[in-house]
Parts: sequence; structure tokens; C-alpha cells
Amino acid sequence: MTDVPFRATGFAPRRVAWASVATLLGLLALWQAAASLGWLRTEFLSSPLLIGRALAALIQSGELWQHLAASLQRLAIGWTVGTVAGLAVGLALGLFTLARSPGMAVVSALFPIPKIALVPLFIIWFGIGEGSKIVTLAFGVFFPTVINTMAGVDGVPRGLIRMAQSFGVPYGAIVRKIVLPGAAPAILSGFRITTSTAIILLVAAEMIGADRGIGAFVLQAGNLYDTDNLLAGIVVLSSIGLTIAWLLGQLERRLLSWRGP
Amino acid sequence: MIGAMTARVGLSAAGIRHGYQGLSVLDGIDLSVPAGQVTVLVGPSGCGKSTMLGILGGLIRPDAGTVAITGTPAEDCLNPLTYVFQDFALLPWRSVEGNVALVLEHTEMPAAARAQRVAEVLELTGLSDFATAWPRQLSGGMRQRVGIARALAVRPAVLLMDEPLSALDAQTRDLLLEEFVRMIAATGLTTVYVTHNLGEATRLGQQIVVLGRRPGRVRQILTIDRPLAERLPGDDDLARVEAELWTLLRADALAAERELVHD
Ligand SMILES: Nc1ncnc2c1ncn2[C@@H]1O[C@H](COP(=O)(O)OP(=O)(O)OP(=O)(O)O)[C@@H](O)[C@H]1O
Ligand SMILES: [Mg+2]
Repeated sequence: MTDVPFRATGFAPRRVAWASVATLLGLLALWQAAASLGWLRTEFLSSPLLIGRALAALIQSGELWQHLAASLQRLAIGWTVGTVAGLAVGLALGLFTLARSPGMAVVSALFPIPKIALVPLFIIWFGIGEGSKIVTLAFGVFFPTVINTMAGVDGVPRGLIRMAQSFGVPYGAIVRKIVLPGAAPAILSGFRITTSTAIILLVAAEMIGADRGIGAFVLQAGNLYDTDNLLAGIVVLSSIGLTIAWLLGQLERRLLSWRGP
Repeated sequence: MIGAMTARVGLSAAGIRHGYQGLSVLDGIDLSVPAGQVTVLVGPSGCGKSTMLGILGGLIRPDAGTVAITGTPAEDCLNPLTYVFQDFALLPWRSVEGNVALVLEHTEMPAAARAQRVAEVLELTGLSDFATAWPRQLSGGMRQRVGIARALAVRPAVLLMDEPLSALDAQTRDLLLEEFVRMIAATGLTTVYVTHNLGEATRLGQQIVVLGRRPGRVRQILTIDRPLAERLPGDDDLARVEAELWTLLRADALAAERELVHD
């Protein structure tokens, strides 16, 4: 007699939390060691300690807040405008035959334009100030929001809508109680894409014409070969991205708790 | 409480024809659904039972023909023609009580009365302890009980049920079938019940309408006069009707099984 060999091994990677943290800390330590031991030139890549020192100085002088405030304001206004408009149009395309084909034609035609290429045009139209930056962001956020919202509405099971109709639930209530909650998962995961798009466009717009804002700050540091401040700016940008992702995660957890763990 | 309300509403369909993209599904159906009785629709897969039920309740507009309501619904009836769905059709983002409340929220009913009605139908279907549970936490049988509770909440005049048990396992099906029998016997609700299961057909049906293969026509109508409350699962005469139904359906079922599915 022989034992039956076990054959179902592998293909089931697990998450090991401490390994993630240890890896990142290890890489930072390695970078710092390489800089301290003179293996790499800090003029080109700076070092974790130098970046930390630059950040501390920026915080103390209050310079960071000026740039951060300018950037966050543009981000908040631009993203919100693009999102609200995108939700409204996406909902209309998802609900109405009359809106769908004309709307999709326009969206499909404009969606592939690299939005950064439009910044000069927006500067001509809206001036070099806040207007052009906010419009760039809003424009970039608008199209993916339209597409995600429409896909979300399309994905709402028709059976649920027919059920509500069979009980005489009126149109507006069906949109509010069935279509919107049903599309919410798609809309919220779209927010992850549009917020990171918005950050990219923010930096680009601030590099083209601004004296305030993290994008402008990074560009100025680069012009001065000041890699400490340059990378400090990038750390700040990454933190904005991480914070937003975390906030969206909380929002999803709260709004979509019905999906279960 | 839902007492023995006077059954006053029936349906009468005449000359129903319907097709999908050139595929003729129903071809001249005349059907009368008598008030206070259970009409069962049986027929081979794809013969148009669901289509017919959709037409009866105004969810599908037939290519030709008319459906009329006979009699007047009771005064407290909020939705005369009320469905119970095969896949339950519960909103996953609403709790059990929220799902039932959905169908009352747009009515004139004051909030307090609404809450009371929800509690009442949950009690009636044995769901009181699950009022705040999410649908995903419930077994299939409990989900369909929510479907029943929701339907009863609007005090329907006609209950339209499309294979309400077919998504459930055999034991749950037996349990729920007995609950349907009790509920329908107690309320005297006019019911149209679509099923593949001939046991369900004979247990519930007072009028059993056999539809033929596409294009669907009424092949035969059998009647069982014995009141629901007096029927038992093993009864001889019910078994005889069941055998008769199977003789009628066997060839069609075999043919339906051997054809390509189009949808
Ligand atoms: N929306 C639709 N579009 C196209 N064809 C459809 C549609 N709904 C149903 N059909 C087709 O019409 C025929 C009848 O469908 P229906 O669902 O009414 O049959 P049924 O008797 O309820 O079938 P089953 O026993 O499988 O539930 C089937 O061939 C089906 O494929
Ligand atoms: Mg069907």
C-alpha cells in the first residue's frame, strides 16, 4: 500500500503584513546607507535623511502650507466640478436613449485627447491663473466619471428595476433607491482613477504656469538642482495620493457595507 | 392581520400573441384566471410561461391581445397585480425590513402605519428575527420569504409567482410550498403560479393550464376541485393528475431539451 500523495500545493499566495513594512524600511535603509557611504551622489538622488530635513524646514518656514493649500484647493475644486458634471452626464447617458448615442459619440471622440495637451488652449481661454488649472482638472476628471457612471448604471440588474416597477415605485424613486446605489460600487472605484488623474493633471498644470503649488515648487527645485527639496515635494505629492486613497477606502467601507467583508 | 379577504379580482387574457425578434413565443392565448383560485401554468422550457406571466401583470407589452382585470380590488389594496420572483429580486443594499418597506415608501401610508405593516408581514412569514439582516446573510428559503412578505405588504389582489421555488433546494422547496398552501388557503388570494414541477402544480392548482411547445398555445386545462387545505402530498387523485400532466408534457419536454437555447 502507498499513501495518496498530496498534489494541491502552491498557487495560493498569502499576505504577510510585517514583510511589506520590513521591505520598505529595508529599501529606505539601503538608500540611506548608499548615500552615507558615498556610493551614490546626493546631488542626483538626495537621501532619506536629507529629504526629511528639507521637509522639516519647509514645514517650519510655513512654505509647505502655502504650496499645499494652493494645490489642495485646485484639486478639490477641479475634481468636484468634473465629478459632479460627470455624474450628471453619465447618469443621463445610462438612463435615456435620447442622450445615449449623441453623448457617447462626443465622449468617445474627446476621451482619448491627452488632457495635458489642452493646457495651453485653456490658458488662452481662461488665462494663466486659477481658471485654466481648474478647467484642466475638471476636464480630465469628467470623461472617466461619465464612462464609469454609465457603466455602473448599465450594470444595475434590470430585474431589480422591473421589480420596483411592478410595485408601482415611481421613476425618481427608482433612480434614487435602485439605480444610484446599484451603480455606487462602479462610481466609487472610478473615484480612485479620477483622483489620481487629477493629481497628475494638477502637477502638470502647476508646472506650466504657477508660482504656488507643489507642482511649481518641484519644478523650481529642479531648476536649482535642489534634489532635496525636489524629492520632498514628491513625497508630499505621494502623501496626498495616499491620503485620498485612504479616504476613499473609508468612504467605500461606509457606503458599501452591505457587500460584506 | 390578513384575514380571509373577499376574493374579488380575476384576470382575463384574450388573443395574446408575442414574439422576440421574429421568434414567435405565444400564439393566440386565451386565458381566464378566476377570482380566488390558483391557476398554474406548466409547459416545457422556453414555451413562454414567464412571458405570459409578464404580460398578465403589465411588465411585458404583448404584440397583440388584451388583458383585463375583472372585479375591483379591496380598498386597502396598494398594488393589485403583485409579483413574487424566481430570483427573489431583493435589493442587496437594503436590510430585510428595508426591502419590504421599499414597496410602501411611495404610497400615502403614514410612516407609523408603514412600520407596523412591515412588522406584521415579517411576523407572518417568520422573519421577525431577521428584520435587520442583509439579504446576503439569508438562506435562499429566507430570501424568498422576504419576497413573499414584500408581496403581502401591499395587500395584493392577484399574486403572480414565476417559479418561486425553483432556485431552492428540495427540502426548502417542500417547506415553502406548504407555507404557500397555508397562506393562499387562508387569504383566498387569486394566484397565477408558473412552475416546472408537477408536484407543485397539483398541490396548488385549481386550474392547471398546460402550454404547448413554441409557438405556445394552450394545450389543455385540467381542474382539481378539492380545496387546497384538504390536499395531501401523497393523495391518489393528485398523483393521477400529475401522471396525466406528465403524459401531456413528456414529448414536448424532450423536444425542448434537445433544442438550441436562444437568448
Ligand atoms: N427578452 C427576450 N429576448 C429574446 N428572447 C426572449 C426574451 N425573453 C424570452 N425569450 C425567449 O422566448 C422564449 C420563451 O421565454 P420564456 O422565458 O417566456 O419561457 P419559459 O416558459 O418561462 O421558460 P423557462 O421554463 O425556461 O422559464 C424562450 O425561447 C426565450 O429564449
Ligand atoms: Mg420562465
